[in-house]
Amino acid sequence: MLTDPALPAAAVLAPALEMRGITKRYPGVVANDNIDLTIAPGEIHALLGENGAGKSTLMNVLYGLARPDEGEILLDGQPVNIAGPSDAIARGISMVHQHFMLVPVFSVADNILLGAETMANRIFLDRNEARRRIRELGARFGFEIDPDEQVGRLSVGWQQRVEILKALYREARILVLDEPTATLTPQETKEIFVVLRRLRDQGHSIIFISHKLYEVLEIADRITVIRRGAVVGQRIPSETNEDDLATLMVGREVQLTVDRGESHPAAPMLRVEGLTVKDRGRDVVSDVSFEVRAGEIFGIAGVAGNGQDELVEVVSGLRRPTAGKVTVGDDDLTMAGTRVHHQRGVSLVPADRNRYGLVMSYPLTDNLVLTEYYAPPYSHGILRDDAAIRNRAIEAIKEFDIRTPSPDVTAGTLSGGNQQKVVIAREFDRPLRLLVLDQPTRGVDVGSVEFIHKEAIKKRDAGTAVLLVSAELDEVLEMSDRIGVMYRGHLVKIIDGRTANKEAVGLLMATGGREAAATPDAPHQEVGA
Amino acid sequence: MIARLRAQLLVPAGAIVLALIVGAVIIIVTSPLAVQKLDLSLPLATYWALVQGSLGSIDGIVDTLRAASPLILVGLAVALPFKAGLFNIGGQGQFLIGAVTAAWVGAALSGASPFVALPVAVLAGMLAGAAYGFIPGWLKAYTGAHEVVTTIMLNYIAMQIVSYLIQGPLKAPGATFARSADVGNSALPVIFQQTAGHPAHLGIIFPYIAAVLVWWLLYRTTIGFEIRTAGANPDAARYAGMRPRFLIVLTMVIAGLLVGLAGAGEILGVQGYMVAGYSTNVGFDAITVALLGRTHPFGVVLAGLLLGAMRAGAPLMQISAGIPVQMVDVLQGVILFFLTADIVVRWVFRIRAAGSGGPEKLATVSASSGGSTAK
Amino acid sequence: MNLLDIPVLGLALQLLGYLVTVCTQNGTIILALTAPLAFGALCGVMCERSGVVNIGIEGTMLAAAFVGWFVASIASQAMPADPSPFFGATPGLVIGLLAAIVCGMLVSAILAWLAVTLRADQIIAGTIINIVAAGITGYFDVLFSTNPIPTAGKFEAFVPPSFLTDLPVVGWLFSALLNQGPITMSLIVVVIVMEVLLFRSRWGLRTRAVGEHPKAAETVGISVIRLRYQNVILGGVFAGLAGAWFTIDFGNSFVGGMTGGRGFIALAALIFGRWRPVGAFLASLLFATSIALGTAIRTTPPTGQLGTILGAIPEQFFAALPYIVTIVVLAGVVGRSVAPAADGQPYERESVS
Repeated sequence: MLTDPALPAAAVLAPALEMRGITKRYPGVVANDNIDLTIAPGEIHALLGENGAGKSTLMNVLYGLARPDEGEILLDGQPVNIAGPSDAIARGISMVHQHFMLVPVFSVADNILLGAETMANRIFLDRNEARRRIRELGARFGFEIDPDEQVGRLSVGWQQRVEILKALYREARILVLDEPTATLTPQETKEIFVVLRRLRDQGHSIIFISHKLYEVLEIADRITVIRRGAVVGQRIPSETNEDDLATLMVGREVQLTVDRGESHPAAPMLRVEGLTVKDRGRDVVSDVSFEVRAGEIFGIAGVAGNGQDELVEVVSGLRRPTAGKVTVGDDDLTMAGTRVHHQRGVSLVPADRNRYGLVMSYPLTDNLVLTEYYAPPYSHGILRDDAAIRNRAIEAIKEFDIRTPSPDVTAGTLSGGNQQKVVIAREFDRPLRLLVLDQPTRGVDVGSVEFIHKEAIKKRDAGTAVLLVSAELDEVLEMSDRIGVMYRGHLVKIIDGRTANKEAVGLLMATGGREAAATPDAPHQEVGA
Repeated sequence: MIARLRAQLLVPAGAIVLALIVGAVIIIVTSPLAVQKLDLSLPLATYWALVQGSLGSIDGIVDTLRAASPLILVGLAVALPFKAGLFNIGGQGQFLIGAVTAAWVGAALSGASPFVALPVAVLAGMLAGAAYGFIPGWLKAYTGAHEVVTTIMLNYIAMQIVSYLIQGPLKAPGATFARSADVGNSALPVIFQQTAGHPAHLGIIFPYIAAVLVWWLLYRTTIGFEIRTAGANPDAARYAGMRPRFLIVLTMVIAGLLVGLAGAGEILGVQGYMVAGYSTNVGFDAITVALLGRTHPFGVVLAGLLLGAMRAGAPLMQISAGIPVQMVDVLQGVILFFLTADIVVRWVFRIRAAGSGGPEKLATVSASSGGSTAK
Repeated sequence: MNLLDIPVLGLALQLLGYLVTVCTQNGTIILALTAPLAFGALCGVMCERSGVVNIGIEGTMLAAAFVGWFVASIASQAMPADPSPFFGATPGLVIGLLAAIVCGMLVSAILAWLAVTLRADQIIAGTIINIVAAGITGYFDVLFSTNPIPTAGKFEAFVPPSFLTDLPVVGWLFSALLNQGPITMSLIVVVIVMEVLLFRSRWGLRTRAVGEHPKAAETVGISVIRLRYQNVILGGVFAGLAGAWFTIDFGNSFVGGMTGGRGFIALAALIFGRWRPVGAFLASLLFATSIALGTAIRTTPPTGQLGTILGAIPEQFFAALPYIVTIVVLAGVVGRSVAPAADGQPYERESVS
């Protein structure tokens, strides 16, 4: 590969980093299967793959957080053994994690100093020198930053810059960026790309991990695609396109899709009007309005963190909105709590079943009556009716095919899929006007996914209005009769599910509609502005 | 079910055994001070005296039951809030307030008919204890003030309240030292007494009734379900429409009721009056009882009986073996230590970790209170 | 017209004047009483800034108080000496002081083991330390009551030159600051040093990071577990000093339970002082003043109308005052103060496989 004359000239120099034959096994899965990766100095190299393809594991190996079972790593042609993060940093490898590792109450300078402290003497920090260097680095790469600004007050794009500065301050030659644009606006992404190109031009190597095809095509010099733990292809952007990359990423396996059939929607059941939710001064949900009719599935697509969590909380009664109205049927439930919602025929399958869905230390019997324990037949007055509760559990286990030795085992001992089935058994198994499903198949095995989807469609056909919120675009496309896309707290568009196109929706999820006017990015960008 | 019960009992049993061994070491090391010579067999004599003093005679058994009574009640008052994710260290203060109120009302009604005086005095003690439990409960629920610090503060405040009342308004006229008036007809009748000085008063049966009631509340009623859920997973409790703040206050009020009953029982059944310097360690003993009993009402009964036996046998231990009664405090503390560092117990006795049940119960206190004393 | 004759306003002014008098007249003892609270609070600062809740400060102080007294007594027997001009120190006392510090460190190490390695509930762990310390020291207290050993005495207070203490207006300040035993005298210096170190040194930066976002610290190569152990044990040094204050600085004997809840008041001082050494010191000063106030009102009550009012309040109220103030502080301040973000959460290291 390195001798291919068609490749950029930089590639014929000694590679900055070479990972040869990296194999890493975890119980039950081969996370990395004989992976070869070569990074030239002064290159932006994209690592492309779906969630769970093995990109994170490979980078953990590089960063010293995991030890490979086979293979070796070479830096500048020399084999090295990376013992841990400090060792990796000392060797010039820095990682910018997907979830920022920044201390919100610290200043920019303090965050950058942490672990690589510039000292005035043996005890005291030299913050002045640090400030000077930070300003200099910032200027060199094209952005002005105030080292004394509190990181928690910075916008996401600027926090990203701080993370990159952390790496540069440590004189990293190889920067690994893990999904760097996941939470950036289009304008912020553009500006970060400018920074990255400057880094590359000054000889740094950048490993750009992403699953966003068009971004990768825009920024990378070379692209390596990983699928199911193995390298399935290498490309140069000028010689490939999104379809080609998508095929490589996803493979030729046929995805099992459920035929959701025709929907016969009736009158609107859920009406959300002008919904706004403020959190810590920011609008996390901004003037959202939509309707879900009885007998249809309305899916909300969007990258996680664009307001979906808060929207779900309001619709299910866990949170009160700052403004707006939520009606289910004839009932105004805007300010009502979860119990009233439940009594009015609203059910929620929450995204985090550890938090809202189940009490892991309780037996299945208690979990199955968590929302109805206070009324007959499960209790009379304040007395619980254990027999009734147990019977209910036995029925639910049979009907929803929950794999468990008995109704008395604690929920924490079940597999993820079966835990989700318990939640579904509780929330589905009654007459419902509105069913809210939040990431219903996260952490669930394939067999249970099909079951859950089938049950949801059954509910729809029985006349329930179903609101499906999922970060898995495939799930939304497969299940929804109509699709709304959430971006930065706004509901940017509503599409018919029958004609929805995956790439178009994906684009909307990532950009909110590229026609959106972009304003120059200031450090304190108001979200949703 | 039997296997689970067995697993639940192994760690406490192991902790007790290890504590006895550590206690033996301490006894041997301090024997020169206690009995003026190094005596390797002293631990045996000490423990034997404990057993003799508590279970070796009818009087001993009566003493055990009498000592266990407040321990079980206050232990329940620690275990119940524990289920709700609260750590009630205010047993001492709630006890003192319940006791002084019972002393006051009891003395005021000392001439009335016993059928009126006794129930009213007991009730007064319970309600006073409940009020004193309400305070930290309300503070926690509505201001976030951590109950661990507020209850301890309230303990010290209660000591001052008692001192003031007994030396002031409640002082019995003509007494040689500061004490409240005799409760007269409000006293709990003695139901059995073999030898003078070892009475079994009516109050001895309260803790067992209370344990059954607490068990019934926790496991048979909707309110108990809510209490346990608030402790096990406050988020899920909120989703289920439960009201965590109300549950916090309710739990502390019930705990205060139980402790107030214990305080009333002590005054109306054992002392007959209250002295200004009355002091009690029951609040901290009860923590050992609650944790040793795995915060289950019936476990608390067993643990309370065990600790009560130790307290009852202590005087004989001091007389015949020469070891001060404070050794019981030491043993109790060491038992608690091994319960928390249960990994040591498991390692020594090769007990495999329980699948679900043991450690997580002790973990709920910090989880639901956010961990910091500030929250 | 006399200002003090106006009904409510006059009373308030008189109260203010009385408070000022009490403070200046009793400045020395107020600062002395601040010492155990502030050192206890400093222990709390070290622990909680690193993310470990330490409810066991009371027990640590009590254990250190006993060990300090006991070792000083034994050492004084082994090496009798006349008190030196330097705080009246004898070898016995110095060894006792060191023993108290070591004891504080050991007890804190146990807490660290329970909280950081075993990841037990930190509040339970702290409570158990309190109970075990109370039990063991109580037991030994009884043994030593029946088998008394000659005590080592205590450190003597430094006597500042009279030209400083006789100064008008500020004389009392010099007296308060300088007429103290060694532990109290070192207090202000220690507070300032810790404040500076916490916010300007590398150790301080790393400590605060570990308490706010341990994962971020781990990813830049800092060992969260090791730093937590170090800081909790450092906190033990302060708790040891606080304990020694009771038995070889302020007092000269050990009495069971003598810490009297000061370890918990120290926690309130920690919170009120916003987890900063200087803040904790100032808050401790406030609590110590309330303790002193109670005694002052009894021994040197004000005159006139204020005196009648204050005299009618039972003395037990003033004894309870510091505890009441603590509750008020916790209830009122809590909503606004923010603990280190990771405070109280056991840290689980990413497995390096």
